[in-house]
Amino acid sequence: MHATDTLAEADRLMTVCNSCRYCEGLCAVFPAMEMRRDFADGDLNYLANLCHSCGACYSDCQFSPPHEFNVNVPLVLGQARAESYAQYAWPRAFAGMFARNGLAITLVAVLSVTVFLAGFIAWSDPSVLYTAQTGPGAFYRVMPHNTMVLIFGGAFLYAIVAMSMGVRMFWKDIGEPASTLTEGASIWQAMKDASTLRYLDGGGVGCMNEDERPNDNRRMYHHFTFYGFMLCFAATSTATLYHYLLGMEAPYPWYDLPVVLGTLGGIGLLIGPVGLLAAKFRRDPAVMDKQRYGMDVAFLAMLFLTSLTGLLLLVLRATPAMGILLAVHLGVVFGLFITMPYGKFVHGIYRFLALVRYAKEKRMMEAGELTA
Amino acid sequence: MVDLTQRYDVLVVGGGNAALCAAIAARRAGATVLVVEAATKFYRGGNTRHTRNMRCAHDAATDTLSGPYYEDEFFDDLLRVTGGETNEALAKMMIHESKEMLTWIAEQGVRFQPSLGGTLSLGRTNSFFLGGGRAMLNALYLTAEKLGVDVLYEAEVVSMEIENGMFLSARVKRGDGHADVRAGALVTAAGGFEANKEWLEESWGPAARNFLIRGTPHNRGTILKMLLEAGVDKIGDPTQCHAVAIDARAPQYDGGIITRLDCVVFGIVVNKHCERFYDEGEDVWPKRYAIWGRLVAAQPDQIGYIIFDARSLELFMPSCFPPIKAETIGELAQKLELDVAALEKTVSEFNAHVVPGTFDHTQLDDCRTEGLTPPKSHWARRIEQAPFYAYPVRPGITFTYLGVRVNHESRMMMADGKGSANMFAAGEIMAGNVLGRGYAAGIGMTIGSVFGRIAGREAAANARN
Repeated sequence: MHATDTLAEADRLMTVCNSCRYCEGLCAVFPAMEMRRDFADGDLNYLANLCHSCGACYSDCQFSPPHEFNVNVPLVLGQARAESYAQYAWPRAFAGMFARNGLAITLVAVLSVTVFLAGFIAWSDPSVLYTAQTGPGAFYRVMPHNTMVLIFGGAFLYAIVAMSMGVRMFWKDIGEPASTLTEGASIWQAMKDASTLRYLDGGGVGCMNEDERPNDNRRMYHHFTFYGFMLCFAATSTATLYHYLLGMEAPYPWYDLPVVLGTLGGIGLLIGPVGLLAAKFRRDPAVMDKQRYGMDVAFLAMLFLTSLTGLLLLVLRATPAMGILLAVHLGVVFGLFITMPYGKFVHGIYRFLALVRYAKEKRMMEAGELTA
Repeated sequence: MVDLTQRYDVLVVGGGNAALCAAIAARRAGATVLVVEAATKFYRGGNTRHTRNMRCAHDAATDTLSGPYYEDEFFDDLLRVTGGETNEALAKMMIHESKEMLTWIAEQGVRFQPSLGGTLSLGRTNSFFLGGGRAMLNALYLTAEKLGVDVLYEAEVVSMEIENGMFLSARVKRGDGHADVRAGALVTAAGGFEANKEWLEESWGPAARNFLIRGTPHNRGTILKMLLEAGVDKIGDPTQCHAVAIDARAPQYDGGIITRLDCVVFGIVVNKHCERFYDEGEDVWPKRYAIWGRLVAAQPDQIGYIIFDARSLELFMPSCFPPIKAETIGELAQKLELDVAALEKTVSEFNAHVVPGTFDHTQLDDCRTEGLTPPKSHWARRIEQAPFYAYPVRPGITFTYLGVRVNHESRMMMADGKGSANMFAAGEIMAGNVLGRGYAAGIGMTIGSVFGRIAGREAAANARN
């Protein structure tokens, strides 16, 4: 009846939860569940991606283990969520990347850094690569700008295409019409819910991570991570505009917008992933999907390394270390881009889409157009 | 670590809502407090774990309550459900105090939400705990710990030293060892005896063996028995318990809310001989909810089967077990291991007596049977549209009514009419003082919180030993 054992278990849990409903005030998952009586695979994948894994329902549940009903929603929805990432992976051949994601990402990253280092050493003039370069165009003396644009533009474009295919598959799987994605109200609501991590707060007191005490700071560290990432993205975009519109070539002085944005974002990307990783180490093993440990750690490590190498590059860009550091930084960033569709990064996309659908369903429910 | 050689001002026996309210109130009044809970940490809190709301009077709507619920109306509701079996003065005092409870309990960290999906009828009167009863308990325990209340789990009181109505000490079993805990005052909030089948058998006979217990297996009434033997006056009908019809596939203990079935009104209910035995459409469901446990308990082998057809499947809250499904009544009988011909006969007889009407499950409609015994007075529709469904049901026991008599200070009253010097009670163990019979949603928590808080305060002030 269900494609996997995980989905069969998720169905069992949702049936139990639907006959209890005590948790409906905690997050979006339970109200969305209440709009249904039966749970097809697509419904379960939708609910799984709606779940922020705050853990409150586990601490609040009278039927969580060791109770014989063994209700462990954060764990099972987490497993279903991770399996759904593989299911939506494009091309299909790369779905296996999710099986041992930590290893896969590590290999890609190492390979990427190695290729960049080897490339730099092979193609760059040693007298440039190992000496201090300053002034506009310093980076491009090590690696030509057009080559950089081609490689990173290509990698970024590939990631976008692959993830778009995933989005299509997710949307089809949960059975939502494409037209929902053009509804401004739903998109806007989802943007608000996602940008504030509205459902990562245990219903108001904070999340349960280690035990039943709401002592979790994951929301704060996630904000550091997410907004750090966005600031870095903004830094790159600003730099692109500087380059093509204003004809100003990197490196820019420390007080210039791309550097300020990138530095602030970089700091966020150092603090956030460390905080999230620490929370992961402390997390109650009962709700932890150990199989997916590698995926989570790999993504956090990639973000951290992206920032670390970027900031090192900033500090040491006027020294002879710049050439090698640039190779390492670009290698890490390339690895991050190219693995985006095959790692934890996609959680943000599917969760956002699930929130869009939830926003629509909630409106319909409140207008009385939808009943369970 | 908890030092059991020290004398505490207040010993609280039990670990649910009433116990924690007492512990917190006593600690806030300056007393040193030890809570001994027989269950493990996970199962702490007894039947509070399975609750979801409390009924408190209030004069105006709030963020989570849709309108006022005045003291008078609360009292009228209580009179109605108990049929007058309540101590009026005590009940009025409790209802008055319940108003303050809404803010007091929130100050202890408990959070409320609007009424749950499927419980709209309680949206004005009852305050729902965000995350349910276990979330409420977690908040109370957290507050108690922060205040410095000592809590012991897997600590069962096996005997108590009580002299002339004065508590001296309690023997607490922990693992293989025992400790004698001395305390200035005692608060018992250790529940009723519904999980004690032998005790239930005294009133119900062998039928009790087929009862399912909806909550904690720890409510065996050991503390209640000790108190009664020590000369505390009893109150409440010793033979009665609150019994509803729940899914027969539920576990022996602790199946909680998810095993309840709200679908009696949508079909017919037969016993193991395929005979109907009561008017399934007598009244609206909340009012009838609590009679079906008793009705099924009176049937052979204490089992019943709710039979309905495809039209009714989605009209009620789903239960955690799927209904048994078949394409014909005969096949359904086979799956239920019932006599095929007998069930077919009962259903066709019922169908033949249904008169036309306009079905409306939200009110007492005009769909009924004519010339059938027993009749079905409302919501009677022919059971004719495949697939057909059935739920097996058994009596599910929620709580018992027998308890210790208390006064307005939650102080236990001795059989000779005097008040105990230092013993107080709260929660199910004394609920019979205000709830002599019947039930209204959320009232158990009101009793627990209000009397728990009073008991804690009074115990702190009367730590005499």
